[in-house]
Formats: sequence, structure tokens, C-alpha cells
Amino acid sequence: MRYLPLTETDRREMLGVIGAKSVDELFRDVPERARRDGLVDLPRRKGELDVERALGRMAAKNTPAGSVPFFVGAGAYRHHVPAAVDHLIQRSEFLTSYTPYQPEITQGTLQYLFEFQTQVAMITGMEVANASMYDGATGCGEAVLMAHRVTRRRKAVLSGTLHPQYAAVVKNLSDFADYELEVMPPALPGKTEDILAHIHDDTSCVVVQTPGFFGELHDLRAIAEAAHAKGALLIAVVPEIVSLGAVTPPGEMGADIVVGEGQSIGNGLNFGGPYVGLFATREKYLRQMPGRLCGETVDADGNRGFVLTLSTREQHIRREKATSNICTNSGLCSLAFTIHMSLLGEEGYKRLARINHAAAVKLAERLAKVPGVEILNQAFFNEFTMRLPKPATEVVDALVEKGVIGGVPASRLLPGVPEVEDLLIVASTEVNTEDDRAAYEAALKEVL
Amino acid sequence: MSGMNKQGRPTSIAGTAHGGTHNTFTGNRALELEEPILFELDNPGACGVDLDEPEEFTSRLGNFERHGRIGLPSVSEPEVVRHYVRLSSKNYSIDAGLYPLGSCTMKHNPRLNEKMARLPGIGDLHPLQPVQTVQGALELMHELSHWLKELTGMPAVALSPKAGAHGELCGMMAIRAALIARGEDETRSRVLVPESAHGTNPATAALLGYKVDAIPATKEGRVDLEAFKAKLGPDVAAIMLTNPNTCGLFERDIISIADAVHEAGAYFYCDGANFNAIVGRVRPGDLGIDAMHINLHKTFSTPHGGGGPGAGPVVFSEALAPFAPLPYVVHDESGFRLVETEDAAKADGTSPFGRMVAFHGQMGMFVRALAYMMSHGSDGLRQVAEDAVLNANYVLASLKDDLSAPFEGPCMHEALFDDRFLKGTGVETLDFAKAMIDEGYHPMTMYFPLVVHGAMLIEPTETESKQSVDLFIATLRDLARAAKSNDKDRFLGAPYMSPRRRLDETAAARKPVLRWAPPAPKQAAE
Repeated sequence: MRYLPLTETDRREMLGVIGAKSVDELFRDVPERARRDGLVDLPRRKGELDVERALGRMAAKNTPAGSVPFFVGAGAYRHHVPAAVDHLIQRSEFLTSYTPYQPEITQGTLQYLFEFQTQVAMITGMEVANASMYDGATGCGEAVLMAHRVTRRRKAVLSGTLHPQYAAVVKNLSDFADYELEVMPPALPGKTEDILAHIHDDTSCVVVQTPGFFGELHDLRAIAEAAHAKGALLIAVVPEIVSLGAVTPPGEMGADIVVGEGQSIGNGLNFGGPYVGLFATREKYLRQMPGRLCGETVDADGNRGFVLTLSTREQHIRREKATSNICTNSGLCSLAFTIHMSLLGEEGYKRLARINHAAAVKLAERLAKVPGVEILNQAFFNEFTMRLPKPATEVVDALVEKGVIGGVPASRLLPGVPEVEDLLIVASTEVNTEDDRAAYEAALKEVL
Repeated sequence: MSGMNKQGRPTSIAGTAHGGTHNTFTGNRALELEEPILFELDNPGACGVDLDEPEEFTSRLGNFERHGRIGLPSVSEPEVVRHYVRLSSKNYSIDAGLYPLGSCTMKHNPRLNEKMARLPGIGDLHPLQPVQTVQGALELMHELSHWLKELTGMPAVALSPKAGAHGELCGMMAIRAALIARGEDETRSRVLVPESAHGTNPATAALLGYKVDAIPATKEGRVDLEAFKAKLGPDVAAIMLTNPNTCGLFERDIISIADAVHEAGAYFYCDGANFNAIVGRVRPGDLGIDAMHINLHKTFSTPHGGGGPGAGPVVFSEALAPFAPLPYVVHDESGFRLVETEDAAKADGTSPFGRMVAFHGQMGMFVRALAYMMSHGSDGLRQVAEDAVLNANYVLASLKDDLSAPFEGPCMHEALFDDRFLKGTGVETLDFAKAMIDEGYHPMTMYFPLVVHGAMLIEPTETESKQSVDLFIATLRDLARAAKSNDKDRFLGAPYMSPRRRLDETAAARKPVLRWAPPAPKQAAE
């Protein structure tokens, strides 16, 4: 087998040194009943070529997003990733190193984490950020738990702007950790959500997403004020991180914790993962933060260097008293984020955001002209919701037949909610061309 | 005075210390280059992308337009590439050398897996595009599930957890869901965890509100069966046990443990971090385990990436299978379906406890793991376990006289040593590990497990050749002998030759600097 360097001669020699007659002897602590003499019932080894064929055959049955006019968002977005990003993250020294527990020989990882934390803090308008979470949704769950620790309260209020699967992740965590949760009904664009009335003295935090699940931009200032007046925290969730190149960051609207999905910068769609969770907060809450943190320090010679720090919050030190059970972060995805963000820089990031916004505005203007279509949003970034004259699922399926992948039917994520049956959530980014938009318009006209 | 070499040139600069090293003007040392923080490379006007300003359009941002400078630096592409290449050169990696971190399974990461993950038909799929356009992706998930179930002998699997600790959480949630269904959630409040467990185990149990109760170990480094049985009772929800355990030993009594757990009406959670030792040879399902996570980044070679992303699918017994979380893939006459809502699950006859993630899990890791499994096949995977165990035992046998091993072998995939061999030398485990860095090795796992003093946990993995392991053994032997012969400086100041010397972690924690800030403008003289 090509990945196994030991030869039969090696194995014999090594068994000799160990003083064992066979490898079986090394497994003698396994209870007899559980020892398996034969092979498990799975295919035998394959050469590279055969593996490529087998997986290539599966891949060929899919429709890659880049092969058709593609307008799917709802928490994951197709963007152009510069070639340098994927090249750099595949360098062995990044790809095949472990968590930087030995800082003397992992300064590469530590320094980019420091840069990542700085970038995330800057774009969210917050003071500090951690070295990443698994993804946006699990980061959101951790943010709620953190708010409970900070406020010593146990009830969170989830706005109807929150992605339903994020809400499901938070609900699952809250249920099992025995916390209380109030989940508001879906906040359809164009309607005001009366979340202020749900903030009480026992509220630990309010979780609001902007751009919201339906693409709408939400003002957080009044919510932040109301939350703070009751001693609660505001958690802002940003699923499309490109938006912050154009949109007021949550940190400037009073958010106490900002959770973002960083996939859009540097990372492909990957059918849902791996992605990279962004997590930023105010400095005063630092010690209640989950996840790894990288900090600057000096070495024995006085040279600047970096280390993982404040690890007394973490499970490998604190065990059952840790702030979170999380061990890993999303290292390589955060590197991709950092490199892409470095290439963009201030001007590039802002321009990318403007291009995205323009793409969505142009698409909305086109589709609004299709008879029976109504765009529901007041203010949006690169995603909006339209009401169709029939169930959105049917329309999406019919569009697939026309070679267009037109968005996410709200009902896929909110099953059994009659008022969203006809709603389609549509995203457009810099990868969409004028031709794509024309193709969408034409196809939509045909299927409606 | 420095001497002259064979070419008649000075061997070192006069007046410099050891080995002719001296302070260069740049701080660089030939191939080892100092590199500023990205933000210090800011060159306003430069940019690493070419993007055209969009044509005139009417903004729909309402009153949410961002104003003011964000603070991101402007850097061109060649500078960005150079910056990260230089940073990369400050990292140790498995591709560069043996990485003996016990419990972390730093094995070779095949590049075929990377290539497969980047096929557009896999990497360029959106999780929410219509299911009829992702049939091959669902087939891949289904196939991976099949491999994991066959290899573990367990009837169900949840693919979605994002990492090992997330998998633990998933497994323990399923256990709690089963207890709720039995009406025993209120009464069963205790989880038994051995002292040698990974920190994530007690942290996970505590997150779910369980009281963590430690199980003592025997002198042989295994669960004390009698003491364990004495701890069982009607208030115990589960045991969380790592097998092979964190001392690198197979729990001989595991079937008796499982029987006792089940007799007491509790469930058996197994931390599968060390599955690499037994894959293809022992099926956890045959040991009486109810739930176990599998770190795809350990046993199945997906790259560790400097700390993630990982993936932690969880396999379940019959008893827990109905509670496995959303989403999951079903194969029927209509093709592959994704069950992603509670309603759909109800129609399907299952009662998932909820959802661990948005979307469907770490697909990028699934494809890499499947490529690895297919490459090895049933025969190769069995060989993986055998070679991993052989390499570890070879290390144990070769070093037990120079180092000190707390437990009798055979070990499984990792060899545990303690610090008795350093007694009286003035050298501690940490110093010993740092001296390994100068010798060109990443240190082993240190001070874990907590049950032995000054632990050194060495996991060579199956992808090291005998030649490589021999050199490693020789190096550790040399170091052990140096420590014992009072060659202390080699250890106490180590590492000497790495890009950075020992870092001041206390200062970092006392006054945390967690982000770059522009240098403060100089105060004008009053």
C-alpha cells in the first residue's frame, strides 16, 4: 500500500526487537470475542487512478454552481477566490501542521491567527476576535452560552431574522444545556418585528441577524439600547461577511458579540463545510469568550512572537469548568480568509462589496419586471426575497429544468409555515454576469 | 579569534558565540527570514486584486452604508504571496518530519485527497441547491456512512458534527434524548469519566448539565473494574471512555464494563480519538459501545491544517440510532434524499434529537476521508492499525531502558513514558521536549495524560518508515543520555535554533495583546 512504508522485512525485524512472534500478539489485550481474524466486508485497496474514477463518477452526477447561472445563498455564498489563496493554504507547512501548541516552531500559524483576529475585529467593528469557530451556526450557539455566562441569566430571545438552521442549532444546545429560549416567528421583509417587547429583566441576550435570513438589512441600534437598558447583550449574526465592506458593522450599532460566517472570503461552497466561524466581542468580555485566542508576546531573546493565550478558559486545562467543550478551530479556513482579505485590502474589500450589492440590485430590478413577481425587501445587500405567484419549490424545480438554479425556497428551511410557501430567497454576487441575470429573467418568465 | 576553513576563509566572525552565529543587520538568518505583521506592510494605493467599480446603480442599502476607514492594509499580490510563504517557513509539519504527538495521529496526508476535494462536482456545490442537482454528493455521504458503519460494526451514523468534541456533544445528546424518551432524564444525572480522559470529555458532560464523576485507574493504567462497578447506580447516565485509552492501552475489561453499564441502565460513550489503533481489526460495535465519534482528521488522514477544520461523525448502536440528529441521507427508489426537517424524519420513522449544524457537515472532509478509505480498502486499513501498533511498540521496546515507561506493554498505537528517567537531572519533561526541537523533531504530547508524572506520549503512526523511527529512537536515546550526564544547558535553554526561543506565555496572558494596533503617534514635546 502506497501510504505504508514498512516492508515485511522491517516488520519481522521490529517484532524481533519487541520480542513478539507476530503482530497478533500485540493485540492480545483485545478480548477474544472482539478479535476479528478476517477482513471487514468492504472493497480491497485501490490505486490512485481507480479512486479518482470512483469519486469522479460521483462528482459528475452533480451540477457545480459554476456551471450554470446560480443564485443560491441563505448562509453560503459563491464568490471568486483568488488563485493565490488555494495555492498558499496547500503549502505543507500550513496544511499538515497541528494546533500551535509548540509556539517556537509554529510561528507561521500563530502569526496568521493574530492577523486573522485583527481583520475580524476591524471589519465587525469590535475590539477583540478569537481565532475562529467551526462555523457561523455553531459560533452563534457559543455566543448565546457566553451571554448566559456574562449576564448570569438563562434566557435568550432569537429574532425571526435568524437563519432557521442557526436557530435550530441554538435551540438544540439550549434545550440540552437546560436554558430557556424564545424563538420569534419568521421576520418577513417589509414587516416590523416587535422584538423590543420581548426583552425583559431576565433576558440574557437578543440574537439578530443582518443581513437577515430574507436578505433584509436590520437596524440594531434600538435593539441594542433596549437590551442594554435591561442588562442584556445584543448578539449580531452576519452570515454574509462580504456585506461589511458596504454596510454599517454591528460594532457601530451597539452589538456586544458579533458572530459571522466567514466562508464568503477565501472559502469555497464545499456543500456546506468546512467553513469558518467569526467571533468578536468587547474587550471586557474577553475572559468569557469561547475558542482559541492568539496573543502577542516576546521570546527569551526579546523578539516579538505569538502564542495561544488565556487557555485557562479552555477544556484541556479547565476540563468540566471550561467556557466551552470546543477543542479545535477552523485553522486552514481562517488562513484562507486571512489571505483573501489581505489580497483585497481596504479598497478591494469595499469594492467587492459594492460589486455584490450592484449585482443584486440589478437582478432585483430585472426580476421585479417579471409578471407576478414581487420583491419584498426595503434595504438589502446581495440577497433579497421575492414573492411568487405559486409555491417557490415548484418554481425552483422548473428553473432547474431550464438550466438556472434560482435560489432557496424559504419553505425548505421553514417547512409548514404557510406564509413563506411562495417566497424565494435569491442571492447574487460578483460571479454573476449580465448574461446570467438575463437567463434568469427569461427562465422565470417561462416557468411562471 | 576565529580559525580558517579549508578555503582559507574565516570559520566564524571574530567575537561571536557558538557555532559562528552572529547578529545579522536584518535579523534574518539565510533561509530563515524575519517577517513583519501584515498590517505593517500597508502601502496605500497597492491592491492584491483587480476589481472594476460597478456601473452606475441605485443603492438599496437604505441608511446602512458603511462610512470611514476599516483599517485593512493595502498589499499587492506578490507581497501577499511572499508574506505567507515566509510565515509558512516558520512552521513544523508532518510533510517535513516525524510529528509524534500522542493522541493526535499526525499521519501522512495524501494529496490525492486534496485533489478530490477540489473537483468542481464536489467543492463547488452549495448545500441548499436543489437535491436533484446533488445526487452524487448525497451518494458520497451515503457511501462514507456505509464505510464507517462497516468498520465500526454500528448500525447508524451522524455525519454532521464538525470536530471530535462536537461529536462527543452529539453522542451525549443522543444518550440524553434516549433517557428523556425513557423518562429517566431527571434521575440520571451523573457521568463517569476516567481521570485519564481528554479534557473535552468532562467539558462535554458538564455542558449538558451532568455531574462528572472520576473513575480511578489501576496500577496497570486501565479502568479499575471493581471501583468502576461501585460507582455505577441508578443515577448514572453514561460512561465516557476512551479506547484504546489515553495511556495507549487497550481496556482489557471493556466488554465487562459495557455489560455493567447496560445492566445499570446507562449508556456507553466511547471517545474514538484512538480508533487508528484498531481500525479493521476490532469493531467498537462488538465491544458493546453505544456511541463513538470518529475524528476523520486522525484515523482517516484529513489534514490538521494548523488546528482544523476537523470532522467528527458519530456512530450509534441500535438503542441510540433513532435519536441521531438531522440531517441524514436516505437511499430509496427515487434516489438519494436528504432528511433535513423534523417532519420529514417523522415520516421516516425516526426521532432525531435536533440539529448540530447548519447545512450537512464537513463535506470537504468527507470526500478526503472516503478517498483515503477507498485507497486503503479493507486490507489496507487493517494494515494501518497493525503498522501503527507495531511502530509504537517498537518505540516502547527500544526506549524503555533509556526513558521510563510507567506501564507494561504491549501498547497500542502510542507509547507512554513518564519523567522518572529525568529524576535528579534538573531537566524536566518540558525541557526535554524543547531540546527535541533543536534536533529537528516536533515534541511529543507532554503532561498528558494527567495520570502519570511528566507524561510524554509518543504516537509515531503507521506512515513512518523504520528508518525514520530508528533515527527518532536514536535521537531520544542520545537526549536521555545527555540529560543523565549533566549536559543540562542543552535542555534548559532549548530551543536554540528555532525561529523563536521560548515564548513568554505568562506575559501574554497577563496583558493580552490580541490584535495589531497602529503604533501610537509620538507625543509632541511640551
